[in-house]
Amino acid sequence: MAPYLFTAPAVILYVAFMLVPVGYAVWLSLRAYRIEGALLGRKTEVFVGLDNYVAVLTNPEFAAGFGRLAVYGVIAVPLTLGLALLFALVLDTPAARLKRFGRTAIFIPYAVPGVVAALLWGFMYLPSTSPFSYVTRALGLGTIPFLDGPGLFGSLANIAIWGGVGFNMIIIYTSLRSIPGEIYESARLDGAGEVQIALRIKVPLVVPALVLTGVFSLIGTLQLYSEPATLQPMTSAISNTWVPLMTIYRDAFGTDDLPQAAAASTVLAVGTVLVSVVILRIVNRKRMGVER
Amino acid sequence: MSVTTTRPAPAPAVRSPSDRARSRARQGGWGVLPTIVLLVGAFYCLVPVLWVYVASTKTRGELFTTFTFAPGTGLGENLTALFAYEGGQYLLWCLNSLIYSGVGSLLSVLVSTMAGYGLAKYEFRGRSFLFLSILAGVLIPGIVLAVPQYLLLSQLGLVGTHWSVLLPSIVSPFGIYLSRVYAMSAVPQETLEAARIDGAGEWRIFQRIVLPLMVPGMVTVFLLQFIGTWNNFLLPYIMLSDQSRYPLTVGLFTLLAKGSSSPALYSVAITGAAVSIIPLLALVLFLQRYWRLDLVSGGLKG
Repeated sequence: MAPYLFTAPAVILYVAFMLVPVGYAVWLSLRAYRIEGALLGRKTEVFVGLDNYVAVLTNPEFAAGFGRLAVYGVIAVPLTLGLALLFALVLDTPAARLKRFGRTAIFIPYAVPGVVAALLWGFMYLPSTSPFSYVTRALGLGTIPFLDGPGLFGSLANIAIWGGVGFNMIIIYTSLRSIPGEIYESARLDGAGEVQIALRIKVPLVVPALVLTGVFSLIGTLQLYSEPATLQPMTSAISNTWVPLMTIYRDAFGTDDLPQAAAASTVLAVGTVLVSVVILRIVNRKRMGVER
Repeated sequence: MSVTTTRPAPAPAVRSPSDRARSRARQGGWGVLPTIVLLVGAFYCLVPVLWVYVASTKTRGELFTTFTFAPGTGLGENLTALFAYEGGQYLLWCLNSLIYSGVGSLLSVLVSTMAGYGLAKYEFRGRSFLFLSILAGVLIPGIVLAVPQYLLLSQLGLVGTHWSVLLPSIVSPFGIYLSRVYAMSAVPQETLEAARIDGAGEWRIFQRIVLPLMVPGMVTVFLLQFIGTWNNFLLPYIMLSDQSRYPLTVGLFTLLAKGSSSPALYSVAITGAAVSIIPLLALVLFLQRYWRLDLVSGGLKG
């Protein structure tokens, strides 16, 4: 009996707030609202099969949202992981000084909510308050277009990198610390430098941590919402459908088309799970191939 | 140009002390670079935080006219405006954030610890099915669930209440996963067996023996969950419509959104952001040493 009682609260909450909502969303995504009657129309729900999915998948704005997400992700994910790995390796280097200060400082943005991070960076991008544009203007170069055109992708990615590097750095660093020190001793005796040790020994050993942080970063990318939504009042370049979640929000609460929003949510969730599973598969196969 | 050197290379078989000194000197050359890399990273991470504190001292006029890192003269004025905003809404937002994150994470830790312990230390039918289902839950992004959760809670008439934010924040598949990993390594099977032989009941064993052993893991799960809930935006944004129930993230977001039409609110939003960072900075700095993030990175041997 005991194990069932210990797991019961978690199972009940898991079913109530994860499984049931997912099931409800899928059910709702197969239905649609129809207005009956000419003047005082009454809203009724009818079963429409996969119509909503067809509408979602053929909606050019939804697809364009994924396209923008891809551009953003291609910048944000590799840079976040690369910088996190670099800082973790530096922290693990005997020669580095001021480690505690550096580690704490780089970790601090993790405690800053995405909305607040977007607010801080937004003002640092806004031409009238940006310190960077202040300098370039003084040099006669004009303002930097942080919030327009292609610059917007870099600006948004920068917010994610700023917020994400610290946490990923700590994950990779703790994983580095769990490597027994004797492994490096023989390499040092053979005359290997710290850089060689880092690239040849440390990096391959923290691949599992890199995969984990990579999958989390990717899931985070697909959920991008609060940063562009926060920057929206500052620029006209961010539409109401800029990323998929913004489209879903608009469908659900702007145009009151809940079935459409449910279908789009399902597509996004299935897409996220598929991407994660595919990555884990590829990585696992590669690593097994190496070990054999 | 010693490409075609004829001198025999020194035999590397035995390393003399001078060799070792030279290699240490080479490390010394690299020695400055890691520190510089670290300082550049720290600078990058601290600049926006520094900016918000400088900007919170500026009056509305100074914000758009003086150099961004030049301190202003309006700190007192901004703080007064912030705490007076719509009859003290800001303090309510702080309190709400504390309730959602504090109460939610506490309940979440309890639920996760019990489930993690149950999954780690008992053999029972459906155990691996249960664990795999929860693992799959880790992959479902919480935000994608927000809209369906809204639909469901609106059927129950809970939308707009504190419960609508609190209840979905309690279940954390990742927290359950971490608790299981920690229970596997921190709770010795022999101790449990010995207690059972002594006639202790399962619940009593959990309270008296297991809970104290799992405290470091619980602190980690609590902090991850606390910061996750504190930083959450979309869930409360969707669930709540009454301003006085907003957490800080949603409150600051609405302030900024209104700021585009009435710029006076920009200073209020900036000051609000600056003040809201303080408690979380303190929490992270203070509790950094209690984190067991090797749990997350898989460094812990189960």
